[in-house]
Amino acid sequence: MPNRSLLSLFAGLVLAAGATLFAAHGAEAADKTLTIYTYESFTADWGPGAKVKAAFEKTCGCTVNYVSVTDGVALLSRLKLEGAGTKADIVLGLDTNLVDEAKDTGLFDASGIDTSGLKVPGDFKDDVFVPYDFGHFAVVYDTQAIKNPPKSMKDLVEGDPSQKIVIEDPRTSTPGLGLLLWVKSVYGDKAADAWTKLKGRILTVTPGWSEAYDLFTKGEAPMVLSYTTSPAYHMITDKTDRYQAAAFSEGHYIQIEVAGLIKSSPNKELARDFLKFMVSPGFQDTIPTNNWMMPAAATSEPLPDAFSKLVVPSKTFLMSPDVVDKNRKAWIDEWLAATSTN
Amino acid sequence: MILTASERRRAIAGGAFGLAGIALFIGLAIVTLLSAGIVSTGGNPLTDPYLLRVLRFTLLQATLSTLLSVVLAIPVARALARQPRFPGRLWLIRLMAVPMGLPVLIGALGLLGIWGRQGIFNQALTGLGLSQPVSIYGLTGILLAHVFFNLPLAARLMLAGLERVPAEYWLMAGGLGMRPTSVFRFIEWPMLRGLIPGISGLIFMLCATSFTLVLILGGGPAATTLEVAIYQALRFDFDPGRAVALSLLQIIVTAAILAAMALLPAPDDHGLTAGRAVRRIDGALPGAKLIDSALLLLATLFVGLPLASVVITGLKADLLRLVGQTIFLQAILTSLSIALGAGMLAILASFAIIRARSVISAERRKAPGLRGLAIALSGTSSLVLLVPPIVLATGWFLALRLFGDPTRFAALLIIVINALMALPFVIRVIEPAYAVHRRRTERLAASLGLQGLSRLHLIDWPGLRKPFFTALSFAMALSLGDLGAVALFGSDSLMTLPWLVYSKLGSYRTNDADGLAFILGLVCLLLTIAGTAGQGGHEDEGRRNDR
Repeated sequence: MPNRSLLSLFAGLVLAAGATLFAAHGAEAADKTLTIYTYESFTADWGPGAKVKAAFEKTCGCTVNYVSVTDGVALLSRLKLEGAGTKADIVLGLDTNLVDEAKDTGLFDASGIDTSGLKVPGDFKDDVFVPYDFGHFAVVYDTQAIKNPPKSMKDLVEGDPSQKIVIEDPRTSTPGLGLLLWVKSVYGDKAADAWTKLKGRILTVTPGWSEAYDLFTKGEAPMVLSYTTSPAYHMITDKTDRYQAAAFSEGHYIQIEVAGLIKSSPNKELARDFLKFMVSPGFQDTIPTNNWMMPAAATSEPLPDAFSKLVVPSKTFLMSPDVVDKNRKAWIDEWLAATSTN
Repeated sequence: MILTASERRRAIAGGAFGLAGIALFIGLAIVTLLSAGIVSTGGNPLTDPYLLRVLRFTLLQATLSTLLSVVLAIPVARALARQPRFPGRLWLIRLMAVPMGLPVLIGALGLLGIWGRQGIFNQALTGLGLSQPVSIYGLTGILLAHVFFNLPLAARLMLAGLERVPAEYWLMAGGLGMRPTSVFRFIEWPMLRGLIPGISGLIFMLCATSFTLVLILGGGPAATTLEVAIYQALRFDFDPGRAVALSLLQIIVTAAILAAMALLPAPDDHGLTAGRAVRRIDGALPGAKLIDSALLLLATLFVGLPLASVVITGLKADLLRLVGQTIFLQAILTSLSIALGAGMLAILASFAIIRARSVISAERRKAPGLRGLAIALSGTSSLVLLVPPIVLATGWFLALRLFGDPTRFAALLIIVINALMALPFVIRVIEPAYAVHRRRTERLAASLGLQGLSRLHLIDWPGLRKPFFTALSFAMALSLGDLGAVALFGSDSLMTLPWLVYSKLGSYRTNDADGLAFILGLVCLLLTIAGTAGQGGHEDEGRRNDR
């Protein structure tokens, strides 16, 4: 029977390929480690992760071990999947819209950190989650394609439908949810009408921020839903003023990124030390030009010049996490109904 | 079929074992999800008007996409088969394998480089004085993208079928002076008719489960597939019960449609051939040459231009710097290891399934159990495409918690999931070649008493080597472009190439992402070249059965 030998040969190869990867994956450090679950762009080569790790390890006598997933939503899913068996000591990278659900898992413990010194707009106060950075959502536009950017949400909604915007899907991404809440904050009960009007200007709705921003920089649409800090990246790294954020007179919705510590962690003291470190300059210095967000606490040096040119929102919208949690489904349904009719 | 009783038993046992493995892998994931004790918050999917709308759109776009891809593939495959010798023919066929291996996001961006608002199509129109760009977003964009990804697949599979037509037929057609319409009616169409249900089924499943493409090019939530709803249920709502219910809905509805398509009559198997060289006189007619050239040019442009756009944007990146980074080397090694593992596993399972099916179909009097096994084998091996990878990955993540950190098993799980997704493709590449090989060799091998390794060495490996490499390169390319399963586990030690592309995109590094996308496309092309190596001219081998 020829194919049996052929089969065993293949089986051997499959196992060998698997075993190699398995072995490569199993290696772990032996000394005292602090395991931080976070999102991927935090730990990427260009993210703040490596600098934060180096700075904290200098003082803590420990090893920082990152486990990273795609984004904040995936972070929460991962925790729910792992439940009480989670290996995390710290979870870093949820946003305010997710904290209510995160608390419902019962996995988090009070931070015990004094957050009164933090300078985060929108009075977010929480005894479990500690903010480490924030950014306001904004419509970023291409100055070469748009001469008169919208000056308000109303301008955006009622403006020239031939000038398109790319937005993210609230069913799959946090910026998408952010825009949904922003429109809701501005329009309240009339949000559905606003979406019906805005629909004509929406080029397409992408699953996440990456796809939307790529379409925007490739010139498919002159506007995209992003952050007020996005232009800073282009000014500092690409040395161009081409992409700017539009200041909206009604105000901007904020995204605050937070971290919390896990109740069952065997390294709670270490974890608390990390949270304290997180709101100190050693951590905060890495945020502006690595995470491209606004630091939540004092940095050792003033922010780079580009940051002084960014839009400073006249007003900050922030709904409390429990309101978001309670209404998210209904509001997404409302959005679906308003935007999917033809 | 000439087999000893023990060979027969082993073949059937192998098929049953493969089937059990697949069923267990999928079943365990679903059972774990359902028993996770997470209370479902959504209502009954069958009475939810939103979901019914989603289901309707899913089926509508999948039907149209399949119809367009398959119908348009027929003239392309025919032109390729009729013109067995022209410069660049093999490269055109290789080019057609690239879209399958590209992550869909990259393919979509390539398409937008041509058909988008800033694409060359619209720039040409603006040059002609049109003030507003023509927008493809919406159903048009989805169809365009699905045809871009699936027409080449359909054309390749059809071409392989047309090239299996015995040379004697063409000799006869030439002798009878058959006109091209008669050739199509009496030779080509009967062959294609047998292939079309299978190819359509495959493409239908691919389009029905489309996710990223539909969201990016669909223009808004009016264009939503069930896959989006499943993703949302697991990702944002974390409602495994609902995700499983939606997956079952997706599987059942699509399976019903596929079953209906399978009812179409399939022609008899083609007879034995002496394996002489194919000479197609019909393609040499001046009219045919002109039409075929025009068709092939169009097909080349349609597939090639978006790929060229990926190349052009990719070349703007600092490729040398990218390639020199350790993270890149890590990613490409991981990607290739996973792809090789998945490809091998898919081939292993395919051989087991194909052998069992061929043994059972050769039985004169089939026991009902065997008939059931044959149906289950063909059903399972194609329907696996409908099981959302995120459901499998999440279910297994939950199940593996019992054995420690589930991410330690991530590589193995990704290999298995990718292998499952490649299975239907691998079977379609290997099965016809295997059938021909079996018919050609089994009597001789049996009469010589060749068995075991000597038969493998002397007969099977030389005869099946080419389809083996074609299928392997195909499966590897598919796995290489996959992001789905990695996304859930993705941790620092398991960085794949598509994951790296997304990660660059996720932090403003669009240029780097473009560069990596280009490299990824290049790797797919290299794989295809490896898979089609030694298939240069059409006449260097008597019959080819392995594209």
